[in-house]
Amino acid sequence: MTPRKWDKVATVVLYMISIFIIFVLAFLLLYILITGLPHVSWHFITGKSSSFQAGGGIGVQLFNSIYLLVLAMIISVPLSLGAGIWLSEYAPKNWVTSLIRNAIEILSSLPSVVVGLFGFLVFSIQMNFGFSILSGALALTVFNLPLLTRKVEDSLQAIHYTQREAGYALGLSRWETVIHVVVPAALPGIITGMILGMGRIFGEAAALIYTAGQSSPPLDFSNWNPLYIASPLNPMRSAETLAVHIWKINSEGIIPDATQVSAASSAVLVLFVLLLNFLARYVGNRLYAHLTGVKERN
Amino acid sequence: MSEDKNLIQIHDLHLYYGKVEALKGVTMDFRKNEITAVIGPSGCGKSTLLKTINRLNDLIPDTTVTGTVKLNGQDIYAPSMNAVDLRKEVGMLFQQPNPFPFSIYDNVTYGLRISGEKDKAVLDEAVERSLQQAAIWDELKDRLHDNALSVSGGQQQRICIARVLATQPKVILMDEPTSALDPISSDKIERTMLKLKEDYTIVIVTRNMQQASRLSDRTAFFLGGKLIEYGQTKDIFMQPEHKETEDYISGRFG
Repeated sequence: MTPRKWDKVATVVLYMISIFIIFVLAFLLLYILITGLPHVSWHFITGKSSSFQAGGGIGVQLFNSIYLLVLAMIISVPLSLGAGIWLSEYAPKNWVTSLIRNAIEILSSLPSVVVGLFGFLVFSIQMNFGFSILSGALALTVFNLPLLTRKVEDSLQAIHYTQREAGYALGLSRWETVIHVVVPAALPGIITGMILGMGRIFGEAAALIYTAGQSSPPLDFSNWNPLYIASPLNPMRSAETLAVHIWKINSEGIIPDATQVSAASSAVLVLFVLLLNFLARYVGNRLYAHLTGVKERN
Repeated sequence: MSEDKNLIQIHDLHLYYGKVEALKGVTMDFRKNEITAVIGPSGCGKSTLLKTINRLNDLIPDTTVTGTVKLNGQDIYAPSMNAVDLRKEVGMLFQQPNPFPFSIYDNVTYGLRISGEKDKAVLDEAVERSLQQAAIWDELKDRLHDNALSVSGGQQQRICIARVLATQPKVILMDEPTSALDPISSDKIERTMLKLKEDYTIVIVTRNMQQASRLSDRTAFFLGGKLIEYGQTKDIFMQPEHKETEDYISGRFG
């Protein structure tokens, strides 16, 4: 075979693989949406879930998922930024650094069940946080941190050395060069990493079953004081998230409309992750434009 | 020749990357308001020499420097000297244009804003003056808020010149500033340099012999980490004293 023929064969094969992957993804998405969406209503999204009768909603679960996501990101974004910046810009090239890097890589492939049990032992029991949003958020941080750190480091490494040289040559200190030149330039990559992390967190169930718990106490949506026991914002209360809810009604649900509720919950979850992606991308672009002054100001 | 004509004085400078000696005892002065060209084959130490003047070699781990480099009579390797402050006095232009991925306006005002300048009038004035000096104001004055990476390579390099000029350094180091550019852009940058030497002291590393002879007042020829010959450019090119210099400029090696 000539190189030209090989080129054609390779092109066709690669196209077929891509089409296959897109087909699988489209099938999954459509299946979830078609089976789920007919059961989604405003009442379903905001209503209380029921234990025995049909017609329950997912309002509390959806709120829990969002709250946990926000808390987990508040903890893990600064940590991963710090760790990523240190690894990329400050860490000396020696065996300690490469050990840390390897550890992060291994951690990022840890199954989420293991993270969940680790979180149960350390946060729920050892640190006495019990089944709580705080335990859940910390477990999600353990689950997400390696990947975010890795992504931050990779995004920073992708910025060419000449950019750093330009910063130093202008009389910027290393910190100023990192904060004012390298991080803004790497921001699109960092944002993408954060979005992927958010999607992972939002859909995560196994790491939360033993940390955030499988049920929520009765909540008083009129009191937002985080210290009040029935407040939705109380970080010490247990919380069943949307993903855990889906798992639970499928494994031990006794409501008559379990199939519909599960399908509709999945549809909401998928749509929400999609929405999150668009939102984060929009915010990221605005932030990038602001930091880099690409768009005209005022 | 009065002492203060020599803005930069280098004495017995050795530089080691690990165990490799890249500069082997260099002693030379650079004169104020002149363009000095540093020429020599690849690996002769000319870029290394340039980066000792703004201490950019500090960033490379395991680098050792002995000897003295004085700017305005002050030893820049003295413990009291802050490399970050030094680099505000000694600007640098690189082989590849390296504007930040920000707007042209933000690129030029970068040094000023980092050192705390907030007054919009001052920044506006600095942008216009620096871009004028870099001879690119007329081309870009309506595009100041476009991304600096959206203009041509030659324009990017002149934005980098303006970025250096905005901080008003005393010395501008140029490391093969036109080797990645087309002849027309190179010509514009050379014209800019000739104007700039009225206010600045310029040291340029170049592999282009014509450029060195056209532009510079003095030329230094390096070989194997040593300064072989240094003098008036016309003397170096017309009647070099050393055989190596003659061989190099006539293109017999390099």
